[in-house]
Amino acid sequence: MRAFDYIRAGSCKDALAEAETPGTAFIAGGTNLLDLMKHEVMTPARLVDISRLDLRGITLTDAGLRIGAMVSNSDLAADPLVRRHWPLLSRALLAGASGQLRNKATTGGNLLQRTRCYYFYDTAMQCNKREPGSGCAAIGGFNRIHAILGASDACIATHPSDMAVALRALSAEVELLAAGGGRRQVPLAAFYRLPGDTPHVETVLEPGEMIAAVLLPPAEGGRQIYRKVRDRASYAFALVSVAACLRMETGRIAAAALAFGGLAHMPWRSAELEGALIGEAPSPALFDHAADLLLAEAKGQGDNDFKIPLARRTLAAVLAEATAEEGARA
Amino acid sequence: MHVTLTINDTKHHLELDPRVTLLDAIRHHAGLTGTKKGCDHGQCGACTVMVNGRRINSCLSLAVMHDGDAITTIEGLGTPEALSPLQAAFIETDGFQCGYCTPGQICSATAMLEEIRAGWPSHVSETLDGPALPTEAEIAERMSGNLCRCSAYPNIIAAIRLAAAEREDAA
Ligand SMILES: Cc1cc2nc3c(=O)[nH]c(=O)nc-3n(C[C@H](O)[C@H](O)[C@H](O)COP(=O)(O)OP(=O)(O)OC[C@H]3O[C@@H](n4cnc5c(N)ncnc54)[C@H](O)[C@@H]3O)c2cc1C
Ligand code: SF4
Ligand code: FES
Ligand code: FES
Repeated sequence: MRAFDYIRAGSCKDALAEAETPGTAFIAGGTNLLDLMKHEVMTPARLVDISRLDLRGITLTDAGLRIGAMVSNSDLAADPLVRRHWPLLSRALLAGASGQLRNKATTGGNLLQRTRCYYFYDTAMQCNKREPGSGCAAIGGFNRIHAILGASDACIATHPSDMAVALRALSAEVELLAAGGGRRQVPLAAFYRLPGDTPHVETVLEPGEMIAAVLLPPAEGGRQIYRKVRDRASYAFALVSVAACLRMETGRIAAAALAFGGLAHMPWRSAELEGALIGEAPSPALFDHAADLLLAEAKGQGDNDFKIPLARRTLAAVLAEATAEEGARA
Repeated sequence: MHVTLTINDTKHHLELDPRVTLLDAIRHHAGLTGTKKGCDHGQCGACTVMVNGRRINSCLSLAVMHDGDAITTIEGLGTPEALSPLQAAFIETDGFQCGYCTPGQICSATAMLEEIRAGWPSHVSETLDGPALPTEAEIAERMSGNLCRCSAYPNIIAAIRLAAAEREDAA
């Protein structure tokens, strides 16, 4: 690990002022950043410790739920309000990492965790995300975990977070703070960026900006499901995941929000797919049509071709479960 | 930098480079070698300790970030003369082979049983509303962050179930 200066922030204001110095990174749980620093994939010259900041609250407001950026993944998953009204979020968190990691991992850090692309981690290999302009070793290399949607010639990495997929389906927003008192709110839909020709720029976060909170709109009724497909039953990242919020009315789909993990550089949502479900009665043909809309532009890279049929099947399984009549549910 | 760690109720005043992980501080600077290093990247759980009662991977945390925190390692759970219930259960059920993963397994399980007691759900829980029970499936899922290279899993799970049952009886 490269040497760095360590600064413990006493307040958000302090942290933001410290972050104005170039080469500074925030550290929260440290479970992703320290891993990458040990590999020298990330080499910040200064670390500002924000783990003790007073951003640990989970509060219900008229606008929905406000989740402080320092709330741990464990506390969020176990929160009574979240369990009751946003079970999708609990389920996605519990499907990720391990008990030990969830105790440390924070809401803000989870959103900003970097890709698990093997070449990103290996400083001997070409990677445009780690070293802009160096090339992408995953294209034409081992790419089993890589993207089938929204990728570019510069980068085919996926975003690894389970939590972010649930938050995308729940239409969450992110509250950002900047030095000098700036505060803005960005929908998660606009927070992440596709790789394009700048895969090292992953979000709209400006240098020095800090995530203060995640905001959830009031929960809509209906069923919430998180389905994660991975190489082993626990403690593994998603190959494909589906987060669904779906409401039925008299045998027809009245509302549907679906987000997908493992497919792209960010949690993926398709307005076309959701639009095609509304007002329809569930049927295998409808689910197949939905998958056609989701995967129309899907492109495999060789090793990850299997994700195309896997996404289709996982979507169908989730839709079948979400639309099943109460008594018929397994 | 100056860091004070309370490890197993003893204060340790340490002078550390900010790069020193909590794991290396415990092993090399405080001299408590019960806690093990397997992967050093959060993937195996051998380094599991409790910080303020919660289990974490000490390899993925900086010691300087834990200034003032209370840390419990395997040495703090029990002694050869006075074993903790989980330590005794691991011996009873033969919950190890080489023993390398065992300190992490026991620290993890100690905190995990408290999580169950607090009603935290898991990935395999049928409902999120509880009650959380120490079934075989629940223990396997909740302990998935602790790998065992010898694959002593059946007896590790048996040990944890035994300790959980004994606690039920005592309660
Ligand atoms: C073995 C292993 C398995 C895992 N499995 C899964 C899995 O299955 N699913 C899953 O979703 N995740 C998984 N993870 C990843 C884990 O969820 C992340 O490491 C964790 O959520 C990161 O949170 P943190 O608080 O530790 O972030 P940190 O490591 O502290 O920070 C991550 C990044 O975010 C920045 N940052 C942190 N907080 C803020 C803030 N408030 N404002 C601005 N910037 C900030 C940091 O500068 C850094 O760049 C796994 C990790 C490991 C090691
Ligand atoms: S896919 Fe992206 S992260 Fe992976 S090697 Fe290519 S540029 Fe780097
Ligand atoms: S040594 Fe910390 S998880 Fe392996
Ligand atoms: S007993 Fe050998 S690694 Fe678990």
